[in-house]
Formats: sequence, structure tokens, C-alpha cells
Amino acid sequence: MNIRSSVDDILSRTSAIVEEHKRSEGPLLPILHAVQEAFGFIPEDAKPLIAQALNLSRAEVHGVVSFYHDFRSEPSGRHVLKLCRGEACQSMGADRLADELKRLLDVEWGGTTADGAVTVEPVFCLGLCACAPSAMLDGQVHGRLDGESCAALIAEVRR
Amino acid sequence: MTITVFVPCDAAALAVGADKVAAAISREIEARGVDARVVRNGSRGLLWLEPMVEVRTEHGRIAYGPVTPGDVPELFAADFLRGGAHPLCQGRTRDIPFLRNQTRLTFARCGVTDPLSLDDFRAYSGLKGLEKALAMSPGEIVAAVTESGLRGRGGAGFPTGIKWKTVLDAPGTTKYIVCNADEGDSGTFSDRMVMEGDPFMLIEGMIIAGMATGATKGYIYTRSEYPHAIETMRRAITIAREANLLGPSILGSGRAFDLDVREGAGAYVCGEETSLLNSLEGKRGIVRAKPPLPALQGLFGCPTVVNNVISLASVPVILDRGPAFYRDFGVGRSHGTIPIQLAGNVKHGGLYETAFGLSLGEIVNDIGGGTLSGRPVKAVQVGGPLGAYFPPSLFDTVFDYEAFAARDGLIGHAGIVVFDDTVDMLKQARFAMEFCAIESCGKCTPCRIGSTRGVETVDRIAHGIEPEQNKALLGDLCNTMKFGSLCALGGFTPYPVMSALKHFPEDFAPAPVKEAAE
Repeated sequence: MNIRSSVDDILSRTSAIVEEHKRSEGPLLPILHAVQEAFGFIPEDAKPLIAQALNLSRAEVHGVVSFYHDFRSEPSGRHVLKLCRGEACQSMGADRLADELKRLLDVEWGGTTADGAVTVEPVFCLGLCACAPSAMLDGQVHGRLDGESCAALIAEVRR
Repeated sequence: MTITVFVPCDAAALAVGADKVAAAISREIEARGVDARVVRNGSRGLLWLEPMVEVRTEHGRIAYGPVTPGDVPELFAADFLRGGAHPLCQGRTRDIPFLRNQTRLTFARCGVTDPLSLDDFRAYSGLKGLEKALAMSPGEIVAAVTESGLRGRGGAGFPTGIKWKTVLDAPGTTKYIVCNADEGDSGTFSDRMVMEGDPFMLIEGMIIAGMATGATKGYIYTRSEYPHAIETMRRAITIAREANLLGPSILGSGRAFDLDVREGAGAYVCGEETSLLNSLEGKRGIVRAKPPLPALQGLFGCPTVVNNVISLASVPVILDRGPAFYRDFGVGRSHGTIPIQLAGNVKHGGLYETAFGLSLGEIVNDIGGGTLSGRPVKAVQVGGPLGAYFPPSLFDTVFDYEAFAARDGLIGHAGIVVFDDTVDMLKQARFAMEFCAIESCGKCTPCRIGSTRGVETVDRIAHGIEPEQNKALLGDLCNTMKFGSLCALGGFTPYPVMSALKHFPEDFAPAPVKEAAE
């Protein structure tokens, strides 16, 4: 998903996205989601274009991008593993699981493995609280995890 | 006759392999050439049994669970398509005690039907509430909701009818219904289950809210952490539009209402109604000061109903069965039923809808079966990350809004997270402050600064640095946050912190002072 794009490419694809959404009410979040879907992150070059189309300042657009946890300013790894840190998962050993996994992959929260395969992020509740601990890997949910099943998931996507 | 096999498509079932189980069953059906089909239903909420497969037989639906793909050939060999005996067999679904003892009003269809089948929805009393509402005046609908005693299920417990009346009476030609589906509290998943398991019920409730207040447009604001709920709601809305359930003339009545799903972007504070409105408008999810009330100046400055998923989903049954039917469930000023969500370290985790009035101990020990680890229960957090931790000595607390408030707790969104005796309550208190620091929108000082200072103060207590003074300071800080914050994030973070300190003082006992050089 994280294709390095040229400035022209960013501008043309962003304007198509803006065009598609700008008539809906309060379109900034849907636009940013679509831009991130297209590039894997919110490219700096996309911000002035979005700002102009919505009659906002660049600072306002930047403010929104930086406010929300979902929006990234840099590409992620090829896969994103979101580990739940909510209390329900904590009660079932999520902290220990996270520590194990971060050690195994040699990353900190938000970090990407050296081979660029996996980015590990915290998430606060996936609503899978009765099947804790849980995680989401590239949008697929996984529950009742332990060190072994988590490592197996990683091994599968790294293959 | 074709045999129907049900395999849930609820995210919790998917997380433990429901798709693979469904695929394995389909393969066996094909290989054996039997006349059977697989229907993907919502979840019954018996989450420790997920994936829970059901088969419709002449004796009713028979449940098997938890099923793994490897169990499937064995199940076929045991003739499970006719309800055959097998170690995974749970008997008739409706006789399973966890389910049998519930009072399911809002979750009556969840797990029973195909969530995206309008025919199923109608066959199980769907649209009856809306049909009645279409024959009523807005004032009559509002009166019915008021009379039912329904209070906002998102946590604040504000009477829904009064909120609707404010919007109905507010001047303005454009009004909105906003469904707060930003269920970010750990331990809660009832909104998600409604959206994935019975989306038309939420749509029906929102249309009724529109009829009651004069709003013609609605938004469901959902968290990005719920991709399955978002997809199911979007598909349900498309189906509803095609069936004239949404659009310019609802069921041919000449009255208009339409609906969209808006996806959040990973900010807990957007569950706060005014932050949510800012986020919907495309801004940072910063809390607004009240007044003005959203009911008068909400989305884009227009009168707006902001209700939780369960509040809106409770409306169809109130209109269908009448306000008195609903009001007569419950205790004190807590009327109707509440979907309790049992989670964390609990043997029988899941969704349990019942009238208000059970004790916390009954819920945790009798319904939940105690901890999954088999160790003693040490603490139970009720109401999400901003809810208090209760020790077993408070298990006689009755599950209603007032009884919890009287013991410095809150029922919030009715999520219950169980911890065994390995939990360190100082660590939980620290996490509450850390969570508030991460998620604070930054608008008000008590929340923005207080939470960071809170983490530091808990750390000093942990390190044995002037523990008594720092405990006093923590209490003072919590007091400032509780009364000085603009919204529940800063205002309620003191609940988990102070309850941990009060009920579990042993975890805050001074440790030996570490060397300064460390």
C-alpha cells in the first residue's frame, strides 16, 4: 500500500478524492481517510490542496491530521499490527504479551521492524473484550491471543 | 428440507476463527452432498462459546461451541445436522442458562437472524415500532419515549424523551439525529454487537427519532477500530434505501429521512458528544463548552439529538410494545433493560441483557462464573476506563445508576471488566492517568496537565518517595480534575484512580526508597 509517489501523482489523486467528497457535509475526515487509503499516509504535499478546496488554512488541516491517532505522516511497514492495551486485555496479560512481542520484533510502540515488514501500534479497545487479549492485523481481528499465536501471525505475514 | 447452519459473523466470533469454521462446514456440506446451507448470523453473546455454531432442527436450534475448523468433520460424523450428540453440544440454544435467564428486548434478534436480511428483520417484529410511529404525531412519539423512562445508555443516563422534546421544540428547519457509536470504553461491545448483529434496528430507531423531532438527516459516527460494524451498517443502509425505508418517503409516508455512516479516526475523546460533533464537522475532536446544548445548537449549529446506539435501538420496542411495557422493567429510576457486557478475566464473558436490579456479585460470580484463570477476583472495573474499581466487599451494590453513584462509581456503558488477584492496582491507577494524558483533547487544563502530573505522582508513590504527601497530592489533583474538567474524560479519570487508592491501599504501600543514582 505504501507506494512512494511523485508530487504530481499525489496532487492528481488527492484532487480526485477531494472532488468525490467535497459536497458532503463536513468532508475533511472522509477525505483524509481516503488519502491515507491511497498512499498509506497523509503526504505533506496533499495538505495545501485539501486546505484550498475546503477553504481552510493549512494549519487547520495539519491540526486535524495530527489530532487523530489513525492519521500518519510517514508510511508504515507493509503490515500493521495493532495490539489492544485496554483494561479488559490487560486483565488477561496484554502487557506481558506486548512486551514479549516488542522484544521479539525489536521495536517500540509505533516502531517498524528493521525489514520493514511490521509496524506495531497500540490500540485502546477493539470491542473484543470477552476474547482478550486481542489484536488487529491489517484489519483482521484476532482474539484469545498468546505469545505463540501472536508469533505465528507475524511469521505468516513475514513469509 | 434444507437444513440451516448458523455461524456468527460478529467480530468477536471472527477473531476466534468463525470464517474458517464456516468455510470448513461449507466444504463438508459440498463433499457429502447434503441439503444444507450456512447462514451468517450475529452473535448470541455467549462469547466464551464462540465460534458457536447452531443447527436448526425440529426441536429448535441446537448449539455447538466453541468450534474449531478441526472439529467440523467430527461434528458431521456425529450427525450434528440433526442435533446429534457431541462433546461440543450445548443443547438447545434457548435453554442455555446464560441465555435463558436474560430479558432480551433490544437484543431479541441479535444472533437469531441474518443481520442483512430485511425479511428476517420483519419476521421477528422489525419495523413494527416504526409503523406505529408513522401514525403518530411528533409530540405523541416524544411522550411515549418520555413515559418509557428510557435514559441515555451511553453512560450519562439523561432522560431520552426530554432530550428529544428539546430538539422538537427548538426552532430551525434543519435538524439532525446523531448516533454516538464511538464506543471506546474497554469492556464494552454492545454497540458493536447491535451494528453487526441487528443493524436495521438501529436504523429503525433513528428514523423514529427523526419522525419525533423533525430531523431529516442522521449520522452514525463509528470508531475506526470497528471495521466490521462500519461495513455492516453501510450495507444495511444501502439495503434500507432500496426498500424505501430510508429516503424521501419513508415506507411511502411522504416523510423523509436519510442516514450516513461517518468513520472516526482513533480518538477516544470523540465519544464525548461535543467532541464527536466537532469531528463530524471535520475538525479536531475538541470538547465544546456547554451551553449551548447540542439539542439547541449541535451539528453545524443546528438542533441535534445525540444518542448512544443502545438508546436509539431501544426505541423500536418501546413504540411497538408501548411505554408501560418497557418502564415496568427495572428498579428505582432505572427503567427497562440494560445490556451488561462481561469481559476480561471472566469464565463466561459475553452480553447479558437484563432488567436493572441485579447485584454486582450476582453478575460477576453467578452469571460470569468468576475468573477464567480460576484465581480469586480482586477487582472489577465497571463503566469503562473512567469507571471505578470495586472490590468483592462491594459486590452487594445493585446494578442501577443511583446505587453505583452512591458508592462513588458509575455504570457508564455497562461494561464490566474482571481482574484476578494478580492485578496491581497502583499500575491500574497509573494507566488511568496515562490513558487520560494520551487521549486528552487538550482544551481544558485540569485534564491536559492534570493527567500528566497524575502519572508522575503515582510513579513517586510507587518509588516510595514521600508516599503520604504524594497520596494527598493525588487526591487533590483528582478533585481538581473531577470538578474542573470540561468533559467526562478529565472529570471521570479520578474514579478509577481514587477507587484503586481507597479500596486497595496495600498496593500503594511505600516501597523502599531507591538510590537517587538509579
